[in-house]
Amino acid sequence: METRRDIFQAIADPTRRAIIALIALQAMTPNALAEHFDSTRQAVSKHLRILTECELITQKQQGREIYYQLEIDKMKEIDKWLKQFREIWENRFNQLDDLLSNLKNQQK
Amino acid sequence: MRSALLFDFTVDKQTNTINVKREFAAAPALVWDAWTKAELLEKWWAPKPWHAETKSMDFKDGGHWLYAMVSPEGEKHWCKVEYQDIDAQKSFSNLNAFCDEDGNINEAFSRSFWTNTFSGDENMTAVNVDIKYKTTEDLERMVAMGFKEGFTMGLQNLEDLLEQLTK
Repeated sequence: METRRDIFQAIADPTRRAIIALIALQAMTPNALAEHFDSTRQAVSKHLRILTECELITQKQQGREIYYQLEIDKMKEIDKWLKQFREIWENRFNQLDDLLSNLKNQQK
Repeated sequence: MRSALLFDFTVDKQTNTINVKREFAAAPALVWDAWTKAELLEKWWAPKPWHAETKSMDFKDGGHWLYAMVSPEGEKHWCKVEYQDIDAQKSFSNLNAFCDEDGNINEAFSRSFWTNTFSGDENMTAVNVDIKYKTTEDLERMVAMGFKEGFTMGLQNLEDLLEQLTK
């Protein structure tokens, strides 16, 4: 089955967002990560696989352990995307603020 | 952002929904008017440097607002907003579509379903907008178009800045 993988799919799930928040602080092993969740080790592994496929996290070997780390640049993509769209609404709402303030003055 | 008023913007790609929350320093009756009367909508709805021009407006259940987003070069994008479930000064829903200047809907673009709610007191009104798309592709496509608008806006800001600097 062909599934689409992108950064938005990565952040659509609350567990994956929690994983991102955890490894944003420091690179972690799958075992250390699993300890933070009630879900099974397999469930956490599945989330890690999706995050890896979305290229939001990468593995790095350190001694015998595999650590997952966050790809900061990928996170910035999300930020950029949201920022652009958010700005349109900000601009629009600032205009509405001005209009409301004018209308209130007229009522006085 | 210029103020401490609440502004929250989230995108949920699982439900294909965009949620926008914003507070305004005015009573619900006034904010409601600004969202539902064409002559007021025209003053703020289009992000600069675009502006909105109304062809017809009939704000009632089953009625619609037919307007164009007009670029500084005069390029027009026609939109039709169909209203339903109007609960005066509390909430209304609308179905948005791109169309031609006669209001014939362009089926190449999927429609979005908006739910807008207003709550507050005489000093402050909170507006909550949920915009739902049929598919993630629709959502992405719409945002890609927003990119274009955002980019144009950015250029406008740059122009303003340059004008100030050259004074």
